[in-house]
Amino acid sequence: MRRSSHLREPPAVKALLIVAALGYVALMLLLPLGAVLAQAFAAGAKAWFAAVTEPDARSAIRLTLLVAAIAVPLNMVFGIAAAWAIAKHDFRGKTLLVTLIELPFSVSPVVSGLVFVLLFGAQGWFGTWLQERDIEIIFALPGIVLATVFVTLPFVARQLIPLMVTQGRSDEEAALTLGASGWQMFWRVTLPNIRFGLLYGVLLCNARAMGEFGAVSVVSGHIRGETNTMPLHVEVLYNEYNFVAAFTVASLLALLALVTLTLKSALEWRHRDELAARF
Amino acid sequence: MSIRIDGVSKSYSAYPALKNVSLTIRDGEFAALLGPSGSGKTTLLRIIAGLEVPEGGEVRFGQRDVTHAPAASRGIGFVFQHYALFGHMTVAKNIAFGLAVMARSARPSGEAIRKRIDELLELVQLPGLGHRYPSELSGGQRQRVALARALARQPRILLLDEPFGALDAKVRRELRGALRLIHNELGLTSIFVTHDHEEAFTLADRVAILNSGEIEQFARPAEIAAEPASEFVRQFLA
Repeated sequence: MRRSSHLREPPAVKALLIVAALGYVALMLLLPLGAVLAQAFAAGAKAWFAAVTEPDARSAIRLTLLVAAIAVPLNMVFGIAAAWAIAKHDFRGKTLLVTLIELPFSVSPVVSGLVFVLLFGAQGWFGTWLQERDIEIIFALPGIVLATVFVTLPFVARQLIPLMVTQGRSDEEAALTLGASGWQMFWRVTLPNIRFGLLYGVLLCNARAMGEFGAVSVVSGHIRGETNTMPLHVEVLYNEYNFVAAFTVASLLALLALVTLTLKSALEWRHRDELAARF
Repeated sequence: MSIRIDGVSKSYSAYPALKNVSLTIRDGEFAALLGPSGSGKTTLLRIIAGLEVPEGGEVRFGQRDVTHAPAASRGIGFVFQHYALFGHMTVAKNIAFGLAVMARSARPSGEAIRKRIDELLELVQLPGLGHRYPSELSGGQRQRVALARALARQPRILLLDEPFGALDAKVRRELRGALRLIHNELGLTSIFVTHDHEEAFTLADRVAILNSGEIEQFARPAEIAAEPASEFVRQFLA
């Protein structure tokens, strides 16, 4: 048999590689996801519906959405600003900033949560000061938001930095020489240039913000109906041997992830002409 | 509009990019900045455009001191080596960009903008291509669009940074001719940067030869050929 390219393997090797890849994905990704869904619906659709609409579950869903709605926009604005500064400007400490942005990825989420307890907890640095003023951070919404922001900080920035560095500065410079103001340059040139990267970063950031367990677990205090996010609620239910309810809420989380993926694919498909038109 | 550069200096971290450079370009002149890479020619062009700020010295357009004026307010057209067209906009939108960002009170009507786009496409010999995207054009066509875009607001000064650098020899010759015609027709004052001395000598009225941040000679091509001002110029042209 003649090989048409040095990169082409014999058919048997090719088939083996494909089967191995598909098998691995099925075993490691699809099987657990299927198990979650199977367990969630084990007692029927009615039980599933009852489990997601009971008050504590509803409160957990509301809290998760609220935290994501605060943390994601914050990290989006920060991510754009940081990527802009790093890609379009030269300044001292640039490499340090890039390294710092990556920090939350290398720190264990539990430590990320503990940091805030050390700062704002009752025995923490600002604990007494906050108590005197009746400000609750730990075991309350602000702490959960802070921990989530910390953990999801790199997503948007990391997506945008390499993209903006590759794109360079000449589009922005062209806009300036054509008489655009800084804002016009940003809205009409920079943002359209990065929108798909930005969207992808925001979706990933959102998925993590809604799914974060470790850091949030440390600062939340697990108060049912008050400071339990969806992942925490799942754990509480599971520990109470309430498997159907636990898997029901888990399946909802998994669904959110699937929606995220679908949304991303749909957007890519709708704008495929424009994506292909980029050079 | 005349351009006067007086004692301009600029350095990047340690090494100096321009050392006390002075140069006067007459109204309507077509000048070339010629030199090897690292000679400071692009830095000088970017200082004239307002994309870099000099550490010392002065830049004047006519009587107006523009040394610290932002690029957007200088009334120049700038053409980049790699076109810098906006990939998410059609050719027509690219050309109209300079008009679209004008303050509402100064902005021409939609009808006037459409007319202007057609005029400009005609001028750069790409009539009817307004609906295309930059990625659907050849390199030469892209640079023509970039030229049309730079001319939309009727600048008096046109600055070009290695405008033919990314093009092959045949397209380069065609575009050179077109550029010279447009320069004459619109009565522009133009400066272009190149490292190709043949290009500089065929196209420009006067050529400034730069070396290590200093101007070695600024004269008509024939004068430079007849009397090179320094050993560097002699060798660079050989």
